[in-house]
Amino acid sequence: MRRLTLFLPFLCAVSAVSALYVVAAAAPQEVFRWAGDPEGGAPFVQADPARPEELVGFDVEIASLFARGLGRKPEFLNIEFKSIVQSIMRGDAEIGMSGIEDSPTRRTTLAVTLPYYEFREVLSVRDADAQTLTSLASLRGKRVGTLVDTLAYEILLRAEKEYGLQAVSYEDDVHPYSDLVVGRVDAVLLDNVLAERRHRNMRGFTVQPATIAIGHYVGVLAPANAATRDRLNDVLRGAMRDGTLERIFTKWSVWNADQPALFAKVLAGEFVPPYVVNTELQMIPSAASIPIWDATRRYLPSLLRASAVTIVLSCLSMALAVAIGVCIATGRVYGNRLARIALTAYVELIRGTPILLQLFVLYYGLAAAIRLPAFVAALLGLALNYAAYESEIYRGALEAVSVGQLEAARTLGLSEGQVLRLIRGPQAFRLALAPMTNDFVAMLKDSSLVSVLTVLELTKQTQIFATNLGSWVIPGLLCAGLYLAMSLPLAALARRLEKQWKAAPQ
Amino acid sequence: MTVLSLRDLRLCRGPRPILNGVSLEVARGELVAIMGSSGSGKTTILRAIAGLETFDSGRITIDDVGLAGGGAQPATLRALRRKVGMVFQFHCLFEHLPAITNVTLAPVHAHGVSPADAERRARELLKAFGVEHRADALPRNLSGGEAQRVAIARALAVDPPVLLMDEPTASLDPERRSELGALLRGLLQQGRTLVIATHDEDFAREWATRVVRVKDGVLG
Repeated sequence: MRRLTLFLPFLCAVSAVSALYVVAAAAPQEVFRWAGDPEGGAPFVQADPARPEELVGFDVEIASLFARGLGRKPEFLNIEFKSIVQSIMRGDAEIGMSGIEDSPTRRTTLAVTLPYYEFREVLSVRDADAQTLTSLASLRGKRVGTLVDTLAYEILLRAEKEYGLQAVSYEDDVHPYSDLVVGRVDAVLLDNVLAERRHRNMRGFTVQPATIAIGHYVGVLAPANAATRDRLNDVLRGAMRDGTLERIFTKWSVWNADQPALFAKVLAGEFVPPYVVNTELQMIPSAASIPIWDATRRYLPSLLRASAVTIVLSCLSMALAVAIGVCIATGRVYGNRLARIALTAYVELIRGTPILLQLFVLYYGLAAAIRLPAFVAALLGLALNYAAYESEIYRGALEAVSVGQLEAARTLGLSEGQVLRLIRGPQAFRLALAPMTNDFVAMLKDSSLVSVLTVLELTKQTQIFATNLGSWVIPGLLCAGLYLAMSLPLAALARRLEKQWKAAPQ
Repeated sequence: MTVLSLRDLRLCRGPRPILNGVSLEVARGELVAIMGSSGSGKTTILRAIAGLETFDSGRITIDDVGLAGGGAQPATLRALRRKVGMVFQFHCLFEHLPAITNVTLAPVHAHGVSPADAERRARELLKAFGVEHRADALPRNLSGGEAQRVAIARALAVDPPVLLMDEPTASLDPERRSELGALLRGLLQQGRTLVIATHDEDFAREWATRVVRVKDGVLG
């Protein structure tokens, strides 16, 4: 009996701890997890400048509103903007909000909330062009930048055919404007929220008053969460009615006369189209609403064109990387101490920093001093980066050529230059061939990084296709197939060369 | 008539003396065998004559080209190297080039002979050494004996007065050794001068015109 009384408190403690665990396990249901990208910045989602670990922005406040409406606690999940939809589909978070645009594709493939903000697509041009470049039609032959995968980008693609302008796709909404000011593009088409935000802290461009199109921000949920979406719509209607949304948008300086009109339509239960384009442009129907094979056929030419960009860029960059790499390796093996130190420093600098950072510095960082065209910057960036890795392969290969071979060449009276050119170089090249092929295949894929410099290559084009289709399956398979079609022949060629050099030529 | 002369060659690697005052006079038409145990310095003497080993002091003279100790200008080294052909113990044929190109490389690139003339001369040499049929083979497909003959042809392609061979019998069976001996004797009859480093007592006694022994970096 005594034993049991001793045992009882222990039993109680165990039960209490287990109960705690049960509560902890149940806790996630109390959380309302939402996904966004703080890189998008204010007024959507940004890290609080005063307390960087906290987020602020109108999307943050609307997410809190949603959480309160569901009786839960908001929890933020940081997801790169272009991956928000996939992340929602996977179930990482319940809703994605980060200035996400309403579109027919999203309405077809996702559960989309009511539109909670109406924006206008507007043109920005350099101050000097403010009088002449006022509409899409006036931009014939001009380069017009925008954020990829947006309504503005879709409009520009149509306008390319209609008005003969050239669409330039950016991965972010800052560089279109900085490139506009330095003259790399002649106009930028983006929504008024982004344009006005940029205009507040950048001089040299004018935001045109004309509205090219009207669009809406929405929250996106997985189709299975339609019930939650309906509850969130109730929360939105309430916030439209009682002025909560107005307070939020006013706080973030984006409240304007368009919003009460939108709210009235929503509250009256009227149909609000995803977007309205105010030009004669015939917008193509969403790829999600047409049979998948038709959509594929429609996108195939642009995927093939993008593959051509990838292969041409990779070949030219690799050729340049090999040439520079040979020079670096030769300098490190034969050069004096100063040359060796300088070249080693270059190799370590390039290998030790991310290629994405190097591309940014080359294209945007140097823009004030030298304004490289995007393709040239991409080519140089890849070549300078790969040259560092190639040079290490060649240096290793040069040093792997046996001393006996070199001494035999020297006793024949060949100069050091001839020894390098006739004996050491060719033998080293054979040793370097396999790792070089490997690098070339890697380059084919690394070339996708240059989409940050507005170069539209295969991966980027696939992403655009996937966004419009609302699915990655077909675009992903096509993309993989095209990359393989480029890399496999290359690997086969390298294998043949290696075999040829190994076999006796008799 | 002296073709090759070594005067008091000295060479130290760290505290260890490798050559400790080596002097040697070799007349035209001689086959001098330098003998000694492993590490005695016999290979180093050949390498010094071929301009591959920088010696500290002393002097090497071949015909009218002289090389003093303490390092030399590349031009002097190249001038000296044109006077000697070297056959390495492991032949060191250029692995990426067929036999014939191994032989024509130096005439074409170091002596400015036209490729056609160089090839004609190379085929003559390969034929003389019985390996003409292997002209297009890559070194890795040659037997040890064939590779050695191609290496001799390569060394002789620019017609140097002195031929150096390091351990020429090391990888040969007895039959091939006699064939090599006969081949070398033929070269002597053509007026060439040979210096070989070997520890093959029988071969040296049978084929050399003079045997010198090296011990602790000094010729005995």
